[in-house]
Amino acid sequence: MPDTTTTAPRPTSREHLAPAGTRPRRITARRLALYVGVTLGAAIMLFPFLWTVITSITPDGTLASGPTLIVEDPTLDAYARLLEAMPMWRIVANSFGIAIASTLLQLVTGSMAAYAFGRLTFRGKNVVFALYLATLMIPLQVLVVPLFIQMTKMQLNDTYFALIAPSIASAFGIFLLKQAVEGVPRELDEAATIDGAGHLRIFGRIILPLIRPAMATLAVLAFMASWNSFLWPLVVIRSTELMTLPLGLATLQGQFTTEWNVVMAGSVVSIVPIAIVYLLAQRHIIAGMAHTGIK
Amino acid sequence: MTLTTPTTAPRLTSRTPAPTRRRRRGRNTAWVLFFLAPSAIPLLLFTATPMGASLWVSLHKWNLLSPMEFIGLDNYTKLLTDPTTRSIFGHTLGYIAGYLPLVYVGGLALALALNQAFKGRSFFRAAYFLPVVTSWVVVALVWQWLLNPTNGLVNTVLGAVGLPQPGWWTDPQWAMPSIILASAWKDLGFVMVILLAGLQAIPGELLEAARVDGASAWQRFRHITLPLLSPSTFFVVVISLINGFQVFDQVYVMTGGGPAGASQVVVGQIYDLTFRYGRAGEASALSWLLFIVILGVTALQIRGQRKWVTHA
Repeated sequence: MPDTTTTAPRPTSREHLAPAGTRPRRITARRLALYVGVTLGAAIMLFPFLWTVITSITPDGTLASGPTLIVEDPTLDAYARLLEAMPMWRIVANSFGIAIASTLLQLVTGSMAAYAFGRLTFRGKNVVFALYLATLMIPLQVLVVPLFIQMTKMQLNDTYFALIAPSIASAFGIFLLKQAVEGVPRELDEAATIDGAGHLRIFGRIILPLIRPAMATLAVLAFMASWNSFLWPLVVIRSTELMTLPLGLATLQGQFTTEWNVVMAGSVVSIVPIAIVYLLAQRHIIAGMAHTGIK
Repeated sequence: MTLTTPTTAPRLTSRTPAPTRRRRRGRNTAWVLFFLAPSAIPLLLFTATPMGASLWVSLHKWNLLSPMEFIGLDNYTKLLTDPTTRSIFGHTLGYIAGYLPLVYVGGLALALALNQAFKGRSFFRAAYFLPVVTSWVVVALVWQWLLNPTNGLVNTVLGAVGLPQPGWWTDPQWAMPSIILASAWKDLGFVMVILLAGLQAIPGELLEAARVDGASAWQRFRHITLPLLSPSTFFVVVISLINGFQVFDQVYVMTGGGPAGASQVVVGQIYDLTFRYGRAGEASALSWLLFIVILGVTALQIRGQRKWVTHA
């Protein structure tokens, strides 16, 4: 945007060096361009959501005659048909249940392993840690076929357990938490040891409270990963009652290929819960995602 | 929920005074097991074992039902000579080639805008990030509807202003661009957040000094901001390539790899080979090929980063 800067009044050097508070506020062309730009961006990012809602309340017939922004006779008919076709409440509850369970499990298994790698001394520690990290590199696609076979053999296909199994422990989470454990000053443990505290007390009373930010980051990432997971549920789940939202929606699309109001009603139902979680924990979620970028 | 109640868990009540060395070491081992078992057992069962099994299956001809037949490396040689392999890797690379520039340039523009102080900044940041928390399946469905060739919104608008209306995901030519568009829309906010964190780490005095020295906005951007942002750029490129090679959800929902295989990607082929055509051995071999390609590309980037990544 170099050309907009030339039209803006150039600050004299003295104005420029003055503290920001005393500078007179002016709406410059540059500022205007900024606002137009970010508003346009927001429109592009938000409009598809609005359009989803609009479509979901459109009565069946109007879709064929092309889209309209203002629905003349809005109806919740599509939602009623959605609930008839699919146990949506059950599916939403499944998604939450699975996401919460796998997040909690990863926090427990991750923080315990992080304590072992960060604080305990034992032979072969580096080798074991390297093996843990090696599992981080294996993409799920490599594991899908044999995991499916393994689950079939264990007769665990089409169960909640099968959905959670691959995400009970995550090497990434262990790595993240180990870094945090190593950031806790050792003097704190030593002082506690002198006071007669054992590993459990040090872990629970000193380490866990101090690595809470890293735990929050892991919780956000684990929850999102589980919530959005599609390939594994697609492979391992058959019964409608065990489906999570992404799988339920893909199935819905197969049933209502041309009835976009029903498909969009399903989309709305799956966006609303996560959007509420997002609005409540927005700061943590964005910080958690950004955290993965700063290394 | 954990299946792993370690039987070796140390007894908390045994506080014997002055334990012998051997006993102390035994107790230490018990603690190591106690803290590691909850993660080691599931990783062993649900990651390491299937990984080994996958290599084993890839050496066999198997339709998931009849007994496995050992065929050595035949699956690999077959894949390497099969033109389908080239086409699915080609589509996957095409996806990355379209997606990465779009998401990087868009994410950078948003990050630069949000790096300035203005009213409502946190609202815009939250708005841009909303698609990131939405699941791929929803994003794919919403864009399938927006890009619906007959009565979708995009084509209605294009028609109203007299522009040509592509067939989008129903047209072999436009199927992949449709997938790219939806994917870039979803990930833009993620890239923005990463680049924004990188921008905020750039010391303000550097830009200020350059401004005092008379550097134009473009010069400051080109010679200070971009080089100092390169670690974040590197991260975005590495992550995008790894995720790009594994693209599946949005393809499966939007086109199912079609029309006529025009948008079939590697993971889609792994899925179809296993569950549609009953060629599990070939699918496993393909998954290992994919893994090797991802490892190779990532290693190349880490080696190449010295040439262009500036560490402040």
